Amino acid sequence: MLRRSWTKVLVFLLCLAPLAQLAWRFWRMDLTPNPLEFLEHFTGDWTIRFLVITLAITPLRKLLQLPDLIRFRRMIGLFAFFYGCLHFLTYLYFDKLFDLHEILKDVAKRRFNTVGFVGLCMMAPLALTSTRGWIRRLGGKRWQALHRLVYASAAAGVIHYYWLVKSDIRLPLFYGALVALLLLIRVGFWLAGRRRGILVLTPKLQADQ
Amino acid sequence: MLIKNSSEIPYSEVTPKSIYMNRRHFLAAAPAAFLAGRELLSPRRAAAAGKLGSLAKSPYSTSEEPTSIDVVTRYNNFYEFGTSKSDPARNATRFKTSPWTVSVEGDVAKPRKFSMDDIMKLAPLEQRVYRHRCVEAWSIVVPWVGYSLNALLKEVEPTSKAKYVAFESYWNLSQMPLAQPDMAGISFPYVEGLRLDEAMHPLALLCVGMYGDPLPPQDGAPVRLVVPWKYGFKSIKSIVKIKLTGNQPPATWNMANAHEYGFYSNVNPNVDHPRWSQKMEQRLPSLFKNHPTQMFNGYGDQVASLYAGMDLKKNY
Repeated sequence: MLRRSWTKVLVFLLCLAPLAQLAWRFWRMDLTPNPLEFLEHFTGDWTIRFLVITLAITPLRKLLQLPDLIRFRRMIGLFAFFYGCLHFLTYLYFDKLFDLHEILKDVAKRRFNTVGFVGLCMMAPLALTSTRGWIRRLGGKRWQALHRLVYASAAAGVIHYYWLVKSDIRLPLFYGALVALLLLIRVGFWLAGRRRGILVLTPKLQADQ
Repeated sequence: MLIKNSSEIPYSEVTPKSIYMNRRHFLAAAPAAFLAGRELLSPRRAAAAGKLGSLAKSPYSTSEEPTSIDVVTRYNNFYEFGTSKSDPARNATRFKTSPWTVSVEGDVAKPRKFSMDDIMKLAPLEQRVYRHRCVEAWSIVVPWVGYSLNALLKEVEPTSKAKYVAFESYWNLSQMPLAQPDMAGISFPYVEGLRLDEAMHPLALLCVGMYGDPLPPQDGAPVRLVVPWKYGFKSIKSIVKIKLTGNQPPATWNMANAHEYGFYSNVNPNVDHPRWSQKMEQRLPSLFKNHPTQMFNGYGDQVASLYAGMDLKKNY
């Protein structure tokens, strides 16, 4: 079923749902008493959520034996970048009124801004090289190595969130735990793969001799 | 002067100009087609007229238009009722604030427990429209009701040993199940402090109401402090104890993070919070952080002398 073309359309629409909700709330002016804070948190929350979902695709493919989930990974990753850009734009326009001097000072001086900015920057080359053409040009191995940057980007997102909150750190810790779990599962796969690799390789080598 | 007698229209009936201003700003800034033709906010219908009766005018009031009561009652930092701004309006609705006593003790000649009745009658109630600047870089304008804290302090006659005033909030887990340090990340009960000369300054308000009515639970019922030249967290809510002391008392946010929240915490656009600039603020419910922050929140003429010779970068 996951191979049907309409599933991609469905996932695309689902990914647009937060944007639709935002547009609806804009339309109704239902943006809470502090619209700036609401926009910053709304777009930030969805950025980290889409990053987590992107990171969950590979483990889910293996654990649930649903290899076709790969069809959605690029799209979901691109949506993480999209919501991240909205988040950054909110900050640039409503918070800083495009005051370049203040923005540069803010990003350079405050570690919480710096780490968020770096996290978003790391997503840019991934978005740029997400096409088939770029996979071909870079070669699968190199492309894959580059796209491991998403691990650092997700970690940066969690740290950005953790440093932002004043005292109630439960939510950032929750996302931190999710990202850590998803990365640990990869380490697990890698270790298991290596052991299996040895087991598989050994008889093969013997057979070759 | 924009202060009106209660015989005129109470503030709860006025549609704040700030909403209209914000609306225009918004229309100018957002894609026009997206919002064009929308009636953003309809005129607010009158709530009951002010329950606190006739209120004296105050020369300390600003002529700026008050923020809509809707914003001031739906957007609160009151961690005893949850850490999200929308939590207190939801969770404090059944906050029982009667009977209530405020114990005033410590280095005073006449320590005393005040009932709410005592407090309401201690001095004539005034309406004071103050700017209120949160350390998080948003601000509101609120028509508070109360009188200068010094009226209460004079009643108990501070002794010569008294140099500071310590304040303590009500804390009761059965009424405030969320008020736990491991959930909120701060210690309880919430405590704050002022130097005695700050507390005696006529601008420091012992506040029992806003918009002509008694304080709603989420805004610190039944009695709170309002110190308009300091960041909002200094204006402690739901006070049960006031103690005069010789030493600088502890303050909750200062204990949670001394690097970010100093004992003085005077509004100061030249001293940034470690995580954000304090130069500009958002006048709620504006979407833009485009309002310049003023030194001492614009109350410098009255209070700057309290800090003569002090390094305000060091004593932030």
